[in-house]
Amino acid sequence: MPRALLVAFDPSETAACAGFADALGMEAVFVGFEGEVPPADAAADALKAEAAGFTHIAAVSSMQSKDVMARLAGLLDAAMVTDAVRVNSPKEFVRPMVAGSVLSTVEVLAEPVVITFRPAGFPGTARGADKLLSVPATTTVRASKSSGSGGARPDLSSAKRIVSGGRPLKDKETFERVIGGLADKLGGAVGATRAAVDSGIAPNELQVGQTGKIVAPDLYIAAGISGSTQHMAGIKDSKVIVAINTDPDAPIFEAADFGLVADLFVAVPELTEKV
Amino acid sequence: MKILCPVKRVVDPYAKVKPLADGSGLDVSSVKFDVNPFDEIAVEEAVRMKENDPSVSITVVSIGGPEVEEQLRKALAMGADEALLIENDLPLDSSVVAAELAAIAPGYDLVLMGKQATDDDNGQAAQMLAAKLGWPQATFASKIVLEGQIATVTRETDAGEESLVVPLPAVVTTDLRLNEPRYIALPGIIKARSKPLEKRARATDAVPKTRIVRLDRPPERPAGRKVASVDELIAGLRERGVL
Repeated sequence: MPRALLVAFDPSETAACAGFADALGMEAVFVGFEGEVPPADAAADALKAEAAGFTHIAAVSSMQSKDVMARLAGLLDAAMVTDAVRVNSPKEFVRPMVAGSVLSTVEVLAEPVVITFRPAGFPGTARGADKLLSVPATTTVRASKSSGSGGARPDLSSAKRIVSGGRPLKDKETFERVIGGLADKLGGAVGATRAAVDSGIAPNELQVGQTGKIVAPDLYIAAGISGSTQHMAGIKDSKVIVAINTDPDAPIFEAADFGLVADLFVAVPELTEKV
Repeated sequence: MKILCPVKRVVDPYAKVKPLADGSGLDVSSVKFDVNPFDEIAVEEAVRMKENDPSVSITVVSIGGPEVEEQLRKALAMGADEALLIENDLPLDSSVVAAELAAIAPGYDLVLMGKQATDDDNGQAAQMLAAKLGWPQATFASKIVLEGQIATVTRETDAGEESLVVPLPAVVTTDLRLNEPRYIALPGIIKARSKPLEKRARATDAVPKTRIVRLDRPPERPAGRKVASVDELIAGLRERGVL
């Protein structure tokens, strides 16, 4: 009988988990972790012990879930679908590939199936976990954890408003003042391009795009971002995209709902002041 | 120290690719192929480890048809010692790749590979492999330090970075910021031609657990409009209900 195990790596993910369970249309059990999620080997072992009797085991896409769920799929000898954006049936899913330039319809040929899904497509109502897993120690040891620069700002993956900057922001201080300033005024999160991260202007965990975070806010403001395929792959699901760029031919203007050809160092502070 | 670097042949990650009109596959008629950039980072890291410690030996492996030799030769030109080509013309998915790699990996101290391939963007094979081998894993590495049979891996996480202490043998996947792969000079290319490249039959009869039914172009975002001023922008955003 089809049954789904929904894994919330963070309590904030239960709403999307509920939405995904609805899309699957089957009985679902929700689990979370007691305290901090352990390294992947221990987390996957713990989930394997819970997974018996379930045909579908699913979690919101994140770096953490990709780390753990793919290992779980290996342990269970399961089929796996990464980054599902649509459920056609319990055996057929749609997911992006090649930096979002292609949508792939994937048929699952074996059970169980392990799935990570993009939360934007699966709105739901937050609920508690049916069970919290407490996980024993492992061979892998977490030596240190330095949390990112996030601080009081909302998390990129769940933020309603995001302001992102590219390499034209020059340096860390300028990036924080201009991009961070507007984000704070909007109560939003800060994002960055790969180029900005690579040049040390912004920390790694702020990278938005194919190989960084996939975001889907109501409002995405891109300042000084040209709009590479890799970056666009991460922001396509945003409700409204605003582009502010001096180059009128920048590809980002093709995807932006509102395009402002202007110097970001003038326009962004003006926007910060007026909103 | 024996390192195994699986490499995948992928469509040029910087080319714009489209599905074929009938949705049966990717239109690769005018596209070049290259080593998956994350795997290239893995090979580069292995070569740097070898430069630090001459006792390191590097095997690169790929699964596919004869065309894959091109990517294996590139990895050899970067500095890998030997290559394995697992000959295959059957459908593959990550679970099959993991099963084949699991047949080869025992005896190696470290499997170092990309965190995902830029064509399918799955990011599954390495973790599945680690599970099948019962080895620990460290994904999304931005720094790797080897000391004896211990790897200390700085890895990128959703919230920043963390450091994992991992006993070898282990599977480690590479993220963008681990290193910048070297430019391959001509002597390397010439030397690569005489390095051993062994062709082998598949070791398992694993069959794919997923199948791509169809590929489509994603819906285009409707064209937006240019605004002339910040005031006009704010008015437009209010109209859309996002301010």
